[in-house]
Amino acid sequence: MAVAASLSGWRKPSVLPGFGPSFGLTITYLSLIVLLPLAAMVLTTIGGGWQSFLHAVLQPRALAAFRVTLSCAGGSAAIAAAAGLLIAWVLVRHRFPGRRLMDAFVDLPFALPTAVAGIALTSLYAPNGWIGSLLAPLGIRVAFTPLGIVVALTFIGLPFVVRAVQPVLQELEHEQEEASHMLGASGWQTFRRVIFPALTPALLTGFTMALARGLGEYGSVIFIAGNKPMISEIVPLLIVIDLDQFNYAGATALGTTMLLISFLLLLAINRLQDWMRVRHGD
Amino acid sequence: MERLPNPARRAMLAAGTMALLPLRGRAAARVDILNVSYDPTRELYKKFNAAFARHWTDQEGGDIGIRMSHGGSGAQARSVIDGLNADVVTLALAYDIDAIAAAGRLARDWQARMPDGSTPYTSTIVFLVRKGNPKQIKDWSDLTRRGVQVITPNPKTSGGARWNFLAAYAWALNEGGDAKALAYARDLLKNVPVLDTGARGATITFTERGIGDVLLAWENEAFLSIAEAKPGTFEVVVPSLSILAEPPVAVVDQVVDRRGTRKLAEAYLQYLYTPDGQEICAQNFYRPRLQSVAQKYQHQFPMVKLSTIEQFGGWTQAQQRFFADGGIFDQIYRPGG
Repeated sequence: MAVAASLSGWRKPSVLPGFGPSFGLTITYLSLIVLLPLAAMVLTTIGGGWQSFLHAVLQPRALAAFRVTLSCAGGSAAIAAAAGLLIAWVLVRHRFPGRRLMDAFVDLPFALPTAVAGIALTSLYAPNGWIGSLLAPLGIRVAFTPLGIVVALTFIGLPFVVRAVQPVLQELEHEQEEASHMLGASGWQTFRRVIFPALTPALLTGFTMALARGLGEYGSVIFIAGNKPMISEIVPLLIVIDLDQFNYAGATALGTTMLLISFLLLLAINRLQDWMRVRHGD
Repeated sequence: MERLPNPARRAMLAAGTMALLPLRGRAAARVDILNVSYDPTRELYKKFNAAFARHWTDQEGGDIGIRMSHGGSGAQARSVIDGLNADVVTLALAYDIDAIAAAGRLARDWQARMPDGSTPYTSTIVFLVRKGNPKQIKDWSDLTRRGVQVITPNPKTSGGARWNFLAAYAWALNEGGDAKALAYARDLLKNVPVLDTGARGATITFTERGIGDVLLAWENEAFLSIAEAKPGTFEVVVPSLSILAEPPVAVVDQVVDRRGTRKLAEAYLQYLYTPDGQEICAQNFYRPRLQSVAQKYQHQFPMVKLSTIEQFGGWTQAQQRFFADGGIFDQIYRPGG
């Protein structure tokens, strides 16, 4: 859709003056900030050759790190999606004292330095922390396990979901629900057949952003993860470790693979979104 | 730099500005050098830099400044390789300076240019335990007991952790050969709940967050933790065998020749070997090389039998064998049990 809009807007007069300069600026900006650094990384990887690329990416420790990163980011994005939907619902559909304050709280993970978040979560969930000490007798360990990574990434990803779903929920017409009710649908049916389909694209967007953020997150995770090889080591940390060993080829190989995986995931989710739009009619 | 209360800072700024004003007319500009160092030397170089600046001004005249950069030893070396303009490097192990030399930034024979293999102070690896040593940790053998949690940083990223690992390995080797040492290292790592990326991080995990029963630490870091904590919070336990850790220093040729700071940079490192410099090292819990100073601070450093890196064939070999990708550390690190 975005592509279609930009194509139809090609060379048409627009509100902003000067297509030439603004388009030029866009290209320059994208090149300098986004494309060139990524291209440099990919070039360095290619310079290293196939052998060293495969060696770096296929070693057991790297495979384990990819598994940990993908599963934790995926799991936490799913949790953030469920919790974010609920929070957005409460914030939009209910009026209660302190609602605006709570609304502001949602954005905190955006603003907080991630290292601070990581340290705070670690001291809470460590075996001698407030929450950790309650969970320890039950045999549940959060800090220094992959579960800790999920907690940190859920924290980081939550605002993406809430902020994606909230506006759509606000726009949703009450009449549709009323109509559904009048036609004899139960509350659950109304939610499942009327509200949820309307929210799904926004929810998917939120999920995608939370997932993308989780795949690259470093600051908060390294404090709570325990960083044990094969168990709770994430790919971004492995990249830093490779760099510290002066292994540039290995680091860029991991970075490029991560880039590829993220790109494919985002592409797949975008396709899914388009497909759902077509199916449900926008 | 420490945060001073606002009025104090303002006063200092004003004083600093006034001090600078008369200099503007003179030709002699202030010369700065940058010392890129590893994590636990913050306190040492803070004191040493002040003493050296005084010494230099007395001897040579002229105003100098020494800027510091601290971080994990490997990461610091990488910054210098990538172009950070360090006049001198003072890192945790020779391997990291070798890597800088391999990148052509200083002569490959750097280690022969100063006394004692360019290591003006030494340290060793000791255990830091909690008050009263509740788990009765006396030696390396106690670290693999069930229920003992050991805190050590990741040897892949931390120079200190490599010394830790080799100290443990040297002890086990002494007890019964390579197979036993491998098994011991594997058991030891099973008791490590968190692998921080640097020595300072591991110290904070142990002292501030209260995680683990024993911290494997630089001797100077352990003593510093004790000095900074409430009396009696921690105790140092000295194992039956440890390793002589030799953190080296070097002038970065490429940088000092371009900036014209060679004389100052060399004098700076030389000063570490003087009685005054050695005294400051000892006061900051680094073992001095100079006999007279060593004797004076004898009571401060426990007697311990020390293995050396030479037992592992020097750092290049040790790095390849233990910590390179696919090395012994990678081989024995397997999910718990």
